[in-house]
Amino acid sequence: MRETFTQVTYLVASVLFILGLRSLTKPDTARRGMQYAAVGMLLAIIGTLVQHEIVRYDWIAYGLILGTIIGIPMGTEVPMTAMPQRIAISHMVGALAATLVGVAEYWLHGASLGTAKISAIGFEVLFGSLTVTGSFMAFGKLQGIITGRSVTYKGQNAVNITLFGVTLIMFIYLIVNPGNALVFYAMIALALLIGIFMVLPIGGADMPVVISLLNSYAGLASAATGFAIGNNVLIIAGALDGASGFILSIVMSKAMNRSFNNVIFGAFGAAPTVSAKTATGLTVRSISAEDAAIQLAYAKLVIVVPGYGMAVAQAQHQVRELAELIEKKGGEVKYAIHPVAGRMPGHMNVLLAEANVPYDRLYDMEEINGEFERADVALVIGANDVVNPAARNDKSSPIYGMPILNADKAQSIIVLKRSMNPGFAGIENELFYDDKTTLLFGDAKTSLSRLVTEVKAV
Amino acid sequence: MNPTSFIQLYVFVLAAFVGYQIITRVPPLLHTPLMSATNAISAISLVGSLVAAGSNRGSVSTILGFAAVTAATINVVGGFVITDRMLKMFKRDPAPASKEAKASGAPPESGKR
Repeated sequence: MRETFTQVTYLVASVLFILGLRSLTKPDTARRGMQYAAVGMLLAIIGTLVQHEIVRYDWIAYGLILGTIIGIPMGTEVPMTAMPQRIAISHMVGALAATLVGVAEYWLHGASLGTAKISAIGFEVLFGSLTVTGSFMAFGKLQGIITGRSVTYKGQNAVNITLFGVTLIMFIYLIVNPGNALVFYAMIALALLIGIFMVLPIGGADMPVVISLLNSYAGLASAATGFAIGNNVLIIAGALDGASGFILSIVMSKAMNRSFNNVIFGAFGAAPTVSAKTATGLTVRSISAEDAAIQLAYAKLVIVVPGYGMAVAQAQHQVRELAELIEKKGGEVKYAIHPVAGRMPGHMNVLLAEANVPYDRLYDMEEINGEFERADVALVIGANDVVNPAARNDKSSPIYGMPILNADKAQSIIVLKRSMNPGFAGIENELFYDDKTTLLFGDAKTSLSRLVTEVKAV
Repeated sequence: MNPTSFIQLYVFVLAAFVGYQIITRVPPLLHTPLMSATNAISAISLVGSLVAAGSNRGSVSTILGFAAVTAATINVVGGFVITDRMLKMFKRDPAPASKEAKASGAPPESGKR
């Protein structure tokens, strides 16, 4: 009877999880759907706690209480600007849970594990432990604890491939000889190393891909846990998470014009080749806040192109303030969001939503690209590579082929920029030297505040 | 391979398929909430941790289980709370005027947002 109850709660939870994710296809239904998913989670937990197998509740209670105490502030206190780090750390925590369960299973059953079980546990601890260290590295880079630049050294690929090969051989050996505990723990140690080496060469702008990929790995670790302990709801939830991360990785890599293989094998941090075109002999035109404000105040359509620079300067509130002023003057403001703008999928959308920008003003690349020709002003805020026309017309450019926002098609372009340093990929941006382009130098937040004051005065 | 493992494989493949179908339809607008949502959901590995921590199979299992319960609970609680907090922020434009402006200029949107 109890067993049936448990299984029913798992089934209900699985259905609610799927419905919850389905609700995310529309912003209006999303919140309600995820609340149902949370109810599903609660049911599954209750269903588990009443099982015969569970005979003592003391350590469970400590864990639940401690986890809740840490979890609540992680949900309520973390600012939206720190969301990429927050997501990275939650991948780490999730993978840690899966790995620990795997180790506990192995500790208990060790040599008596059948082929299927030891394979499942193997996958679980492999994906789990490389996600733990990989996500921690990603967290460190995003938080600025370790350098956000790509760290490369000679023979890096050889080292990684060797490490991966040795780990794989140990895994196969373990399937044949499940009793060899030394190999099991050594394999975990190597997987932890792989996680570190995998993320080491990844630079900041490639983070959306790596975060998506780690999302997928964390999901696969959870699914493998389900196989190891024979629990279907775990398999389903893990598969959903794995699929989600996988899809996001592909979307992100497409948006950066990197190949599918690059994503699968994690070799996406390749150092950018030397810039094809240099800017010698070209000059940029800078603009004063007053002049920029006049352009903006009289524009019929302004398309804002936000980039990582906006996130760094935390300027999203000033952007909204400026947009409201332009609207008051009779103009229309739309936002063009490139899929890889920022440090994780959807980064710009979350920041602008936080600043109370209505979501129907946020447009995906395909939706907005045809509209730039109509726009009087394209206002580029801290974005660079995603508006570089070289991606379209310079075959020798490292970003050639990457889909970009057609900001260069606008009647005029105002670029808010800190300095003339090239973007992440280290490539000069022709857009900045375009006759239609003017640059407003300075910190994005300060520049926007000045624009707000000036537009008010127009 | 025994029949149970095979059924599990069915479950995995079918769930991955359903997930693929649904998630490709999630608009880029909600990609960050999607990540935190799937993260919260996959913290269902909590049920595995509960068994490890509570089945009294020796102190190693209990301690590992306790640590796993703590970690998974962090993601369950923190994950659902932060997803809700984010989704709460996505608001439609209250002014209906912009609707018309959009209908005239914007390409058909096929329910993408």
